[in-house]
Amino acid sequence: MATVALSSIAKSFGSTKVLGGVDLEIAEGEFLTLVGPSGCGKSTLIRIIAGLEHQDGGSVAIGGNRVDHLRPHERRVAMVFQSYALYPHMSVRANMALPLTMSRLKLWQRLPLLKLLSGQRREVMRGIGADVDAVAAQLQLDHLLDRKPSQLSGGQRQRVALGRAMVRSPDVFLMDEPLSNLDAKLRVHMRTELAELHKRLGATFVYVTHDQVEAMTMSDRVAMMDSGAILQLGTPSQLYEKPASLKVAQFIGSPAINLLPATVAAGGRLEFFGRPMALAVPAAQGQTVTLGIRSEALSLAHGETGRASFSARLRRKENLGSEYILHFDLAGHTQGVTMRATPATAAGVNESAEVMLGFDETAAHVFGADGDRIEPRGQAGAIGSVVPLRAGA
Amino acid sequence: MAELALPAAVSVTPVHSVLRRFLSLILVHGVLIAGAIFMLAPFVWMLVTSIKPPSEIFSAEISLWPKQFYGIENFSFAMEKAPLLRFALNGVIICTGILMVQLLVAIPCAYALAKLNFPGRNALFVLVLLGLCIPVQVPAMPLYIALAHLGLLNTYFSMMVPFFLSVFAIFLFRQFFRSFPDDIINAARLDGMSEFEIVWRIVTPSAWPAIAAFSVFSTVAHWNDLYWPLIVISDAKLAPPPLGMMFFADAETGSNYGALTAAATILTAPLVIAFLVARRRFIDGITMTGVK
Amino acid sequence: MTLALTSPAAFAPTARRRFRIERFTGLGFALPAFILLLLTILGPLAVLLLLSVTNYEFGGVDMDWVGLANFQKALADPIIRRSLVNTLLYVAIVVPGGVFGALLIAVMVHRRSRTRSFYEVIYFLPVTSTLIAMATVWQFLLHPSLGPVNGLLKWLGFAPIAFLSEPSTALATLAVIGIWQLLGFNMILFLAGLTAIPRDLYEAADIDGCSSGIDRFLTITWPLLGPTTMFVLVTTMITAFKIFDTVAVMTRGGPVGSTEVLLYNIYLEGFQYFHTGYAAALTFIFLAFILVFSAAQTFALDKKVHY
Repeated sequence: MATVALSSIAKSFGSTKVLGGVDLEIAEGEFLTLVGPSGCGKSTLIRIIAGLEHQDGGSVAIGGNRVDHLRPHERRVAMVFQSYALYPHMSVRANMALPLTMSRLKLWQRLPLLKLLSGQRREVMRGIGADVDAVAAQLQLDHLLDRKPSQLSGGQRQRVALGRAMVRSPDVFLMDEPLSNLDAKLRVHMRTELAELHKRLGATFVYVTHDQVEAMTMSDRVAMMDSGAILQLGTPSQLYEKPASLKVAQFIGSPAINLLPATVAAGGRLEFFGRPMALAVPAAQGQTVTLGIRSEALSLAHGETGRASFSARLRRKENLGSEYILHFDLAGHTQGVTMRATPATAAGVNESAEVMLGFDETAAHVFGADGDRIEPRGQAGAIGSVVPLRAGA
Repeated sequence: MAELALPAAVSVTPVHSVLRRFLSLILVHGVLIAGAIFMLAPFVWMLVTSIKPPSEIFSAEISLWPKQFYGIENFSFAMEKAPLLRFALNGVIICTGILMVQLLVAIPCAYALAKLNFPGRNALFVLVLLGLCIPVQVPAMPLYIALAHLGLLNTYFSMMVPFFLSVFAIFLFRQFFRSFPDDIINAARLDGMSEFEIVWRIVTPSAWPAIAAFSVFSTVAHWNDLYWPLIVISDAKLAPPPLGMMFFADAETGSNYGALTAAATILTAPLVIAFLVARRRFIDGITMTGVK
Repeated sequence: MTLALTSPAAFAPTARRRFRIERFTGLGFALPAFILLLLTILGPLAVLLLLSVTNYEFGGVDMDWVGLANFQKALADPIIRRSLVNTLLYVAIVVPGGVFGALLIAVMVHRRSRTRSFYEVIYFLPVTSTLIAMATVWQFLLHPSLGPVNGLLKWLGFAPIAFLSEPSTALATLAVIGIWQLLGFNMILFLAGLTAIPRDLYEAADIDGCSSGIDRFLTITWPLLGPTTMFVLVTTMITAFKIFDTVAVMTRGGPVGSTEVLLYNIYLEGFQYFHTGYAAALTFIFLAFILVFSAAQTFALDKKVHY
């Protein structure tokens, strides 16, 4: 268990700037996920923590000590790679034992022939074997120990990679998209397993993924990254319920958030589809803002007050079994909206039918022209303050 | 062995590790450069000697540059004494002829082995694999006797015939064709293409990397082959470069080093220049033929 | 019902026709290769087998069945024995030198980023050069009085060495030239093998504690190069076993038979002295060696290198 502290980490590959001064503090025993689109710098960041890549500026501290001058294996971290990086010529047992043989045997005791001269070697190897067996039992790998990686399924390889990381009982587990090579069903299963493993081990986990579902389901906190900077850092629900910017709102949540334009009228009151809303924002009159409305916040409107409404035409119903996703077209807009509905509600709407959709105004997220969140006036108290940003310089 | 360190894994570096890295870099380049001198020395000496006058060649003192430029004399003497350009031309004729027939024979056969079901397919493939183990020196004598009886010794044909069938090419192309998608072949059949057209218009173009690789391999091998031409050719006019060089060296009794190295330069140049021009293609070609 | 019955029936003739077409085109495509295989490999092999049990001499009129006499003679012949020993000695120098030298160079070249192609070209140059032409240059380089190598030795204070006319050094000198010629070829194969090792594995090893170059080499590089090494070993061995060119041009078996090698003796017996039957028997001995060597090596290493 250890904290990980990054301060103003910068990295460029040639002329391409990958990270622009990232600050991040990860608590002891925390499960922190770095999420973002490909190329956002999340993998580079985790590789810098591991010591596989060296930063151009800033520093990394693990457990309160700066580790910038340390080689990867000296940092007491373990890493699970996207490709698992199992040694193909070694059995599962040898794969898992490798980190221990490296740390417990001296160099000459590992060399071919010379190693036969060592008296203690056998005893050390027996200790390593016991440790490997213990971890293998935890991961239910006992019966696979003598196989080669090529004889294992994707899920089993994944487990071996985890096992290899676990045997050294590292302070920090680094995971670089560990689930992305698994099929969908196994991925869902492994999500649960990883989360439980984290709870059991109590170690610090730093997890990189491009999949927002993984980020939302497993993490204590999520750092959403884009273009080499952290856009927002917070718990999964903070990111979902109070996205700090349009980019975060668009990335988190499925189906994607509905975005509709509104204009600022006199006194900061918003005007939506030509009708005034109760919502007011601290913005100049005449400005266009974007309303973000989650698909579950939309419903069929029946003329209630306090709710904004607009007319839409049903294009398609998507049946997910327990619920429906309804896709609507809007007159005069290229982008439609999606709405979650119960099967009963869905049954009440016919395709191509023109209906009124409404939403609770307090559930709408308002984003300014620059993409940043704008807190509506007068309701700030009700909604709570935005989590402070830790975006890079 | 410190040079094995991945550049990416180099951490922030205290002074002593900078020093160590620097020393290991010097060691690595030291070994590589020493090796490179060993590899290059004959080429350098060949070029230098070919432009030296006899007096400097036979002097005890060693210099890397002639005091008197004697290149024109050496080269023209070599050209006069032996038809060097003719040797090179023979090399071109033989290599082209061999390669053409090899490709014409091997490509359809490899396609049939990879994609078509016909009786005896497996048996033929076993024969091909066996053929891979048999160097040309083995069937050389019966072939020589047969060619002698047919009165075909001292012809281009006699120099090329043992190499018309390249089991290696069949093997290489078969491996390559096997990964060609069946769907495309079936689509071409539905479009009304004959198998003949499918081979030459659909499959062959896709195998271009393998064909280029094999061409490099075949050309290098046959341009430099001595054993077989030495057996069937006694007429100097038909000699390919290695045999020509041998004739030339014999005729000159190895004393006129200026002319000898000039001749060596002329006969080595075509392939070496081709290599320097199409460096990647050569290296990739050798890689592919080796790894498959 | 009718539909279910008629459609397979209607389909069958086309399928059968398709099958027949495939058989005939397959045969047709394979035929030229098969004929050439018969004419240039299988036929000659059969003839060679026949010749090896006769006393046929090329140009002679009659020949007699002599059974295995040619083979017995070959195995008892001191010249053949010597040439066999010489060939094996040559292989014993060229294989380790050519394989491990190339591995060393490849490992060092692989990590260079800017200078890599520079070294690649230099080391590969001898592969494309005409060995016969270069052999002449080597002869001059190693000349006892005029060559720069001996010039260097003299300058360093050593006595000059007559590399090619001294029985004790001639074969080793040819072996060094053999290594010179094929080092680049093997290096390219090793480089391809090194490139195929995923970078991930080195990174995982780095995290797992393989910090020194030796650990990295023993844990990852060497085992994963196994298949490449096996291939390079076998091809180098076969190439070395076929040594002929340098002997034919530089030493002609001399001095005092110290560089007489198997293939050179086969050439002399078969095409100079025209002891055809005898040479046929020698050819089979040559072939047997090549087959046994490569088979043994393949079986021995096959178990270890595959995963």
